[in-house]
Amino acid sequence: MITKRIIPCLDVKDGRVVKGVNFEGLREVASPVELAKYYSECGADELVFYDITASAEGRSLFTDILRETAKSVFIPLTVGGGIRRVEDFERVLSCGADKVSVNSGAIANRDLIKAAAQRYGDQCVVISADIKRVNGEFHVFAKGGREDTGMEAIEWIKRCVGEGAGEVVVNSMDTDGVKKGFDIELLQLVCEAVDVPVIASGGAGTQQDFVALFKEIPDIDAGLAASVFHFGEIAIKDLKRTLANNGINVRI
Amino acid sequence: MIAIVDYGVGNLFSLESSFKKVGAETVVTSDKNIIESADKIVLPGVGAFADAIAKLSKDGLDAVVKAEAQKGKPLMGICLGMQMLFERSFEYGEHVGLGLLKGDVIPMKGYIDEGLKIPHIGWNKLSFVKEHPLFKNCTDGEHVYFVHSFFATDCSDSLVAVTDYGKPLTAAVAKGNIMGCQFHPEKSGDVGLKILKAFVDM
Repeated sequence: MITKRIIPCLDVKDGRVVKGVNFEGLREVASPVELAKYYSECGADELVFYDITASAEGRSLFTDILRETAKSVFIPLTVGGGIRRVEDFERVLSCGADKVSVNSGAIANRDLIKAAAQRYGDQCVVISADIKRVNGEFHVFAKGGREDTGMEAIEWIKRCVGEGAGEVVVNSMDTDGVKKGFDIELLQLVCEAVDVPVIASGGAGTQQDFVALFKEIPDIDAGLAASVFHFGEIAIKDLKRTLANNGINVRI
Repeated sequence: MIAIVDYGVGNLFSLESSFKKVGAETVVTSDKNIIESADKIVLPGVGAFADAIAKLSKDGLDAVVKAEAQKGKPLMGICLGMQMLFERSFEYGEHVGLGLLKGDVIPMKGYIDEGLKIPHIGWNKLSFVKEHPLFKNCTDGEHVYFVHSFFATDCSDSLVAVTDYGKPLTAAVAKGNIMGCQFHPEKSGDVGLKILKAFVDM
């Protein structure tokens, strides 16, 4: 059977890997190419590169890095950040990305998912949603979590999948950076609502958080994290062994 | 020199890079003469069957690939490229393939258990049913990366490996010099590179 995936996420700014805690207070980590190689050797099942640069200069630096990574890392590569038009898909796919993740771009341009899925196939389009509880409702946030769109999250995700998103990344802003475990309540709701793969993001602090995720939500496909991997708090090799020992099907 | 056939579908950057990694010289080409003079041919592919086979035939590349394979030149199809090696595909209609291998391509929907997600995306195990030099460096149970919604059937003639998705799905096929992987060796880490290296060594 298909295995549960472990996915490190690399936020890249001006050619370097960073990780925000609750999206603020960015801290520099390492060279994205080296880190990607390292993760691939440790057994990461996939990598996400998130471009958080705003300048055109930073953007071309990002595609250079992407190309360098794709030359030496041979596992699936998802790219997000700054994807606003179909041309942005082309820009990163031609540099070796396999999937493209859209977030604010899909909120601003409601035709983006459909257009991209028609051109590159559903398997290529990932909807990534930053979600936070607001007055007892799950809201979708835009612009890196700075702007409440007021949209109900589950409806938004269903709509994106209906238009051709082949995978969903659910990033809970309530649990992100807190390291007390994934947002099981929210993830459960998303898994019930859609029939495409769902990737959990935000909140991993220990190996047990991953065990709980896969045990409590058998339908979840993957767990994504950044800082716990970057700072060596969780080694992917150990994590996978722990998951296997707990009866979770992983690639070792 | 390995010719990677470029007929305008998908991006071939990773495939090219992975061959480079195992020390092979490749050329991404849609030039018939280059395909004819190459030592080996790789037929990649993503997207829809009908669209891909139409693009391949538009410039007569289908005939060249077929003729070279029938002369005995090693040919490897990857993902949709593997599916195109078969006689027919029932992906949204009925379409004629290259017919280099016996068998058909059919939808997973209706075959696999309900409740399992389609496409079949992710890492899954190879179970070998037959030996073939392409997999000389592989062992049973190694994981490779799949992304597909259709699969080859009625292909016992060439079946080399299956993968378990509730039911067995065709994962790899080979008959002499004609080979195919449903998974993406260029995205399957070290296992994928071993397979590409075995192809290069042929």
